[in-house]
Amino acid sequence: MSAITITNLTKTYGGFTAVDNLNLTIEQGELFALLGLNGAGKTTTIKMLSCLTKPTEGNAVLLGDSVKERPQSVKEKISISPQETAVASNLSVIENLELMAGVSGQDRNDAKKNAEEMVIRFGLNSVRKKRAKQLSGGMQRRLSIAMALISDPEILFLDEPTLGLDVLARRELWTSIRALKGKVTIVLTTHYLEEVEALSDRIGIMVSGKLAAVGTVVELTEQTGTNNLEDAFVILSGGVV
Amino acid sequence: MRTILFAKRNTKEILRDPLNLFFGLGFPLILLVLLSIINASIPPEVNNPMFSIENLAPGLAMFGTAFMALFTGMLVSKDRTSSFLMRLFASPMTSLDFILGYTIPMLVISLVQACITLLASCFIGLELTVNLLLAIPVTALTSLLFVGFGLLFGSLMNDKAVGGVCGALLTNIAGWLSGVFLPIDLIGGAFKKAAEILPFYHSVQTIQAVLSGNFNKLLPHLMIVLSYTIVIFVLAIIFFKRKMSGGKA
Repeated sequence: MSAITITNLTKTYGGFTAVDNLNLTIEQGELFALLGLNGAGKTTTIKMLSCLTKPTEGNAVLLGDSVKERPQSVKEKISISPQETAVASNLSVIENLELMAGVSGQDRNDAKKNAEEMVIRFGLNSVRKKRAKQLSGGMQRRLSIAMALISDPEILFLDEPTLGLDVLARRELWTSIRALKGKVTIVLTTHYLEEVEALSDRIGIMVSGKLAAVGTVVELTEQTGTNNLEDAFVILSGGVV
Repeated sequence: MRTILFAKRNTKEILRDPLNLFFGLGFPLILLVLLSIINASIPPEVNNPMFSIENLAPGLAMFGTAFMALFTGMLVSKDRTSSFLMRLFASPMTSLDFILGYTIPMLVISLVQACITLLASCFIGLELTVNLLLAIPVTALTSLLFVGFGLLFGSLMNDKAVGGVCGALLTNIAGWLSGVFLPIDLIGGAFKKAAEILPFYHSVQTIQAVLSGNFNKLLPHLMIVLSYTIVIFVLAIIFFKRKMSGGKA
């Protein structure tokens, strides 16, 4: 069953078309990686799917609810970890997590219990009482992702989740993301192609707002006659290998 | 439930900043003491009641609430630019949750601030009456004007610009054109006209009317303040909702 069905999705800003007539279906439990050069339209697509910006044309249906007609119902099922670290700077780690749990509708006891689980799962226990602004960039990023997951979303949007993380933290996050595969539908944007190879079921490559290609790593390399994803990506993005 | 959670978060964000505590609660007290000292040094034969405690207390109660614009504006702006609001915009929170969540903490802080300023005025000679207790919620009500300014500018500008507009410009305009620091009647002309057109002078007059028990003077001034408040809030809600739906406002 499909989790996300995108039909002719378009976003224009004045005369500039950021996303151009996008058509795509993402299955439930699938981890779909959206790739593209800077300005290709990945973040705008994620913003439309998470009801943060209205499509100019077209529609997207998430688990039966349209982003245009029932955005409130869509918001009950999704969570987003934005590109920039999005934490409340003067709240502690545990307070940030409890806030997001409460906002998603969990009662006080559940929010506390889930916050405790998250600090353990994301290696934040030693800094649980520290204010978010006192954490390192990597720790803030971990907290930001834990805040996206505490609401137990059915669809999760991860916009460049490992940006600024060191190698170990990145690998730890990959493990956490792998553990969600099959249970949560994940749409991931990233510039790290090894991350895409390690995690994703399918890949969509966007070029100038259009979806240039969709497929698995094997399908994309076969389509371009290349040996690896990076070469396939370069060719599909209009570059030369 | 979501409104209360968000309001609690906003209260913590503001009160955990020592600068906010100083400007919110301490600064009006410092001005109260300084201006009272100036008043004591004015010879009685000059007959200048400008800084008498009956004028000073309502004036400084109003001036203190001007900082609510800075607190609200900075918070909204920082939340926007740090992507924290983006995360919350993608949650089931409604625009009403956001507006009330930002407003309620400011109302509570205004109440506490008015309590401190007006009760401290009693130590300098202001009579402690039932009217003074009534003036506390009335001061908090007039503070909504500044909360609205903060929501509006915070929705439109980055935190540096909000600091300039709400911190420097608005507090100065509110101070100079409220009649707290300058004798508006004595200056007259365009200055007096501007003070009468803008809401700040009327906020002070509203609080003063309650403090002095001249309730027949209350309504005309309060109506002007509330009219401005409603217009500013409507504009703030329009621009905030536009930001929520991804517009460039």
